[in-house]
Amino acid sequence: MNTHKLPKSTIICVAFVSGFCIMTIEMLGARIMAPYFGGSLSVWGSIITVFMLALSLGYLIGGRLSTRNPSPVTFAMFFIGAAVFSLPIILFADSIMKPIFMAIEDPRYGSLLASLFIYLIPTSILGMISPYSIRLLVDRSEHSGHMAGLLFFISTLGSAAGTLGTSFYFVLWFEVNQILWGSIVALISAGCFILLLNYLFNRDGVIAPQAQRYEKQI
Amino acid sequence: MKSKFNFLQFLTRQGVKILPLLLAFMCLPAVAETIHEEKSLYRDIVVDQTDGRRCLIFNVFRGDRNQSCVDVDDREMLVFTYTRMSFAGLLLMPEPKKILIAGLGGGTIPTTFHDLFPDAEIDIVEIDQAVVNVAKDYFFFEENENMKVSVNDARVFIKRAGISGKKYDYIILDAFGGDYIPEHLLTLEFLQEVKQIMSPEAVLVANTFSTSKFYDHESVTYQRAFNEFFNFKLPTSGNRIILAQLHPLPPRGVLITEAQRIVGNLKKYGVPMLEYPNRLSTRVDWDMSRRALTDQYAPANLLKEN
Repeated sequence: MNTHKLPKSTIICVAFVSGFCIMTIEMLGARIMAPYFGGSLSVWGSIITVFMLALSLGYLIGGRLSTRNPSPVTFAMFFIGAAVFSLPIILFADSIMKPIFMAIEDPRYGSLLASLFIYLIPTSILGMISPYSIRLLVDRSEHSGHMAGLLFFISTLGSAAGTLGTSFYFVLWFEVNQILWGSIVALISAGCFILLLNYLFNRDGVIAPQAQRYEKQI
Repeated sequence: MKSKFNFLQFLTRQGVKILPLLLAFMCLPAVAETIHEEKSLYRDIVVDQTDGRRCLIFNVFRGDRNQSCVDVDDREMLVFTYTRMSFAGLLLMPEPKKILIAGLGGGTIPTTFHDLFPDAEIDIVEIDQAVVNVAKDYFFFEENENMKVSVNDARVFIKRAGISGKKYDYIILDAFGGDYIPEHLLTLEFLQEVKQIMSPEAVLVANTFSTSKFYDHESVTYQRAFNEFFNFKLPTSGNRIILAQLHPLPPRGVLITEAQRIVGNLKKYGVPMLEYPNRLSTRVDWDMSRRALTDQYAPANLLKEN
């Protein structure tokens, strides 16, 4: 059904990585916001609202994009794009939050606006990964529910691991920006890995049949 | 959490020694009566009263932690040692005109300051509206022209005060969250912002804990921000008060003279000011190799348990 194929195991692995990174970035959100907007419950509220909003948009757009020529290259671009648009969290968070802090007295709306500027784009792109992964995983329509379940299982498991890892351990071992760099490197690596496998598996000639055999074993 | 009396720990430590005492105590009619309970956005608030002593307790189910107590019949008397200790800053700044207090609790500290210096302008910043209400309803705390509460995060309030050029002579950091001081109120960047709002002669009085491994990180951070500070501990309290100024600290002789001068005014609050100068120490009793806390690295609650 798909002309371009990726091994299912690869899609599942990178979905785990994306789930992991979403929650790592979200958990650090409160840390990044606290110097400007404090540690009140409303700051968490802002961050979670923006993440949910961004993910919902991402699901919609990702699902839409998957209907036209789903390709591993586009899939890889989600990872690389999310990584690139996460860079401002490290590089420009202060310059984004400062004017907002000055302009808006109420930390609730200040943190909401700042979260929108900082997180909306990268999180939306990360949200596109799930529906697109499902499209790449599904061969036959009777398997679609099964594949969707598998994908949600893996990516949400990744989110659980990312939440726990970040809040229990990473913040103890590393600085906030170091953890963010780690997420960015992980996303770029996932993207490059997809591109590499796509190249290997879809190359005309000798390797392709082997790759298909490998695919069947999985 | 600011209270040091953990009943269970006390029981296990003292073992059978106190059992007869305890039995006798149980026969007495002095039973803590809960006069108010409330769930706020941040915590469970309980107001208990035992005979004449009324206490504010946060998160009662995780172990009784008295935040603040007041003697209903002798309201001026400060019940907790740490509350009294936070007046030690008067040795360094005897006549504060502008006072900032982060963390209201039952409001005993601001009420006492207002009583001592009726003309001083007192700003209090408290994150939880419910705590403000309870302080007013049960702990005789009153706002007035010179004493106002802002319901806000202390970090936000202080950053804004710094930008607008406000200065304070006496700053008390007494904001506690779930387990300890919130992480964003422990960092070097925060202390830099606090320095921004200190007048040249101002004193910073920070209420911290004297035990826990976290002590080292916290001390290193204050040292980085202020070079030196007075460490103020008493054997009767689990709290460590940090006293810091923008300029070098005065010699002990000056503190003793000052204590003799002001001790009379503080008598009715139960503040034994004459004992304090000899307890203020600049000796480094922490591991200086520990990492300072910054906005990038401040896992306070995780470090505490290590």
